[in-house]
Amino acid sequence: MSANSEYKLQVKDCNLFYGDFHALKNVNIDIKEREITAFIGPSGCGKSTLLKSLNRMNDLVEGCRIEGEFTLDGVNIYKDIEITDLRKRVGMVFQKPNLFPMSIYDNIAYGPRTHGIRKKAELDEIVETTLRQASVWDETKDRLKKSALGMSGGQQQRICIARALAVKPDVLLMDEPTSALDPISTIKIEELASELKKNYTIVIVTHNMQQATRISDKTAFFLHGEIVEFDTTERIFSNPKEQKTLEYITGRFG
Amino acid sequence: MTRSEKMRTYKAHPLSLVFSILTKLAVAITIGVFFLIVGYVLIKGIPYLKPSLFSPEYTTDNCSMLPAIVNTLEMLVISLLIAAPLGIFCAIYLVEYAKKGNKFVSLIRLTTETLSGIPSIIYGLFGNMFFVLALKWKLSVISGACTLAIMVLPLIIRSTEEALKSVDDSFREGSYGLGAGKLRTIFRIVLPPSISGILSGVILAMGRIFGETAALIYTAGTIAKYASPMDSGRTLSVHMYALSDNGLNMNEASATAVILLLAVLLLNGLASFIAKKLAKGGN
Amino acid sequence: MIITNTENTAVLSATSGSRKAGRSRILETVMKGLFFICAGVSVAAVAVICIFMFAKGIPAIQEIGIKDFLFGTDWSPRNVPASYGIFPMIVGSVYCTAGAIIVGVPVGLLTAIYMAEFCPKKLFGKLMPLINLLAGIPSIVYGFFGMVVVVPAVRNLFGGTGNGVLTVSLILGIMILPTIVGMSVSALKAVPDSCREGALALGATKERAVASVIFPAAKSGILASVILAIGRAIGETMAVIMIAGNSTIIPHSVLDSVRTLTGNIVIEMSYAEGLHYDSLIATGVVLFVFILLLNVSFNLITHKKGK
Repeated sequence: MSANSEYKLQVKDCNLFYGDFHALKNVNIDIKEREITAFIGPSGCGKSTLLKSLNRMNDLVEGCRIEGEFTLDGVNIYKDIEITDLRKRVGMVFQKPNLFPMSIYDNIAYGPRTHGIRKKAELDEIVETTLRQASVWDETKDRLKKSALGMSGGQQQRICIARALAVKPDVLLMDEPTSALDPISTIKIEELASELKKNYTIVIVTHNMQQATRISDKTAFFLHGEIVEFDTTERIFSNPKEQKTLEYITGRFG
Repeated sequence: MTRSEKMRTYKAHPLSLVFSILTKLAVAITIGVFFLIVGYVLIKGIPYLKPSLFSPEYTTDNCSMLPAIVNTLEMLVISLLIAAPLGIFCAIYLVEYAKKGNKFVSLIRLTTETLSGIPSIIYGLFGNMFFVLALKWKLSVISGACTLAIMVLPLIIRSTEEALKSVDDSFREGSYGLGAGKLRTIFRIVLPPSISGILSGVILAMGRIFGETAALIYTAGTIAKYASPMDSGRTLSVHMYALSDNGLNMNEASATAVILLLAVLLLNGLASFIAKKLAKGGN
Repeated sequence: MIITNTENTAVLSATSGSRKAGRSRILETVMKGLFFICAGVSVAAVAVICIFMFAKGIPAIQEIGIKDFLFGTDWSPRNVPASYGIFPMIVGSVYCTAGAIIVGVPVGLLTAIYMAEFCPKKLFGKLMPLINLLAGIPSIVYGFFGMVVVVPAVRNLFGGTGNGVLTVSLILGIMILPTIVGMSVSALKAVPDSCREGALALGATKERAVASVIFPAAKSGILASVILAIGRAIGETMAVIMIAGNSTIIPHSVLDSVRTLTGNIVIEMSYAEGLHYDSLIATGVVLFVFILLLNVSFNLITHKKGK
């Protein structure tokens, strides 16, 4: 497969099995850089599964078997990139905030320290920059040394985003990042994502179709482990090619 | 992850490899020490397990362990006859009768925990002061048994409590709903499924009693004869201590160690086997 | 139909039932009282133990003089005049316990980390019971093993008699392993998986995630296990006296002979009488107080996280 510089991530002929269960079937998709690509579809359709394959978090699942080719900047992520390096370049924000039981500062500094940055001055700068990027600096600047778990859900999730940004990834994967949050926090994070796409490639899994229309450039519709349709968001939601896509976005199922 | 992928990651993060090796080494040491001790005791002791060591009478030439074994069994029976009903009934009170947050219950828990932390020599000291001297029972099996009963009480209380708690409340509610009284519910509905948990605790207590020495030297004494409950007599572990202490009967001590070790390991293994069966079969 | 049944049973119970109800109510009350009394036994036991220990021990300490007792370095109860300084034994207990911690805690914690985080499930089921069996081995068997294996080894490797702080530390260190491993494994497993995932997603290796996130998150449970282990080590008697050398002087090197507080009680009790006997009880009181303090710290730590 030729390294196409326009596409940050490419998936070719992916088949994924959880034991005997065929979770992803012949999936092919090309993710463009500095765009927001949304994965939508009903529960259990495989969108989170594909997302987790992009940073090899599926490796943690026992009995998970993957076939096919995944590339990041044209390099095969399962064969030719060292796994911790991959996860540095492809960051992830989870559905529920999973901050460590440490101070906010140590949470953010965890990634950079892991990848060799030790100097306090550098770390201080990274902590401030990313917390500002995540629009949560004002709420945290006076309590950086206090436990991160003392913040509200929406704040914690934004701190998680800052923590993910601290390792300076190229790609940010977001697995239903607002599904556990209140509407105001949701809006804040959506604004954040739209701001971030100027510098990062973002792939977001969402249950919320309106969210997809609000922020994503491209949308992929998943059903039963297959990508039924992948096109610009505008196209998907106004004039989809496939019948199933139309049925889903008009609420006939899911 | 494949082997080569793991190697590549370790190459990039050598400290992680060191850490991984250290943890594996630690497990190897822990498990290795276990087999070292068990293996050594068995290998050294089994050759000296002569039938004469089981002859009915103990003489200084032939330090038979049979009187000690009999005394140990006697001690086991008496201690458990005291501790088991006390412990089980205590647990029944804590689980079935006491209201949550009751001050008395917190006190009982505190004292039970305290009892389980007291070193065995303090039990020996206390047993000597109280049973042997104050109650004037003198050095006797009964003094030792009462001391040991207090010592294993927390163990029995804890395992019985766990067993009772694991019986789902819906069973109790069903029984009360049919008009059964509390006693009937406890003895017919709650206790039967708890038997294996309680048994597991009792067997663990047996293992504790079998191996106990410091609490017995000054309560039951060290006489190497068959002892009735009012007499002084040594148990197997005290017997082993006496043999090792005088330095002359190391071989017999090794043989005694084999019996002791096997008995205790068997009891502990049995207890966890029963506990596992309980966990698997549910209630 | 249902209504008829209850009517019938109501009629029945009004006659023969009431006698039965009365009897069973008495039985219920009696049994409840019995259970209550049994529950109180542990409270009574602790009370009696405390009373006896302190009633004999405190006057003895007063008679000897608390300073001379706790800080006196001369333990010669059979001298004329007798001196009852237990300071060498206090130091001995402290050294031996510290040694046990130095030997047992690193090995125990690393073992716990392997068992909780890296051990394959099948292997876990086979190894964990073995580690727990270490706790079942009687202390005289440990002492015997120490006497015939470790003492000669230490003698050959380092000189001296082989009986001393080093040997005791090694054996006690082994004896506390199951305590540390057992509780630490529980503490580590209680850390939620979301933390592990979060660390890995940031590009940490599994080992780094465990060492820098999981282990610190479990620290209160791990600390509790260490405190429990200290309690075990300081209360250990039989294993220690068989390998410690038991001379009543303050040890100055790890190869020196040592006597612990527990050893002091066991060795001298057989021929002690009068104030000598009471001084052993006083030694027990010192030990007892220390154990109580440990218990309190253990409770503080385990209940801090609102368990």
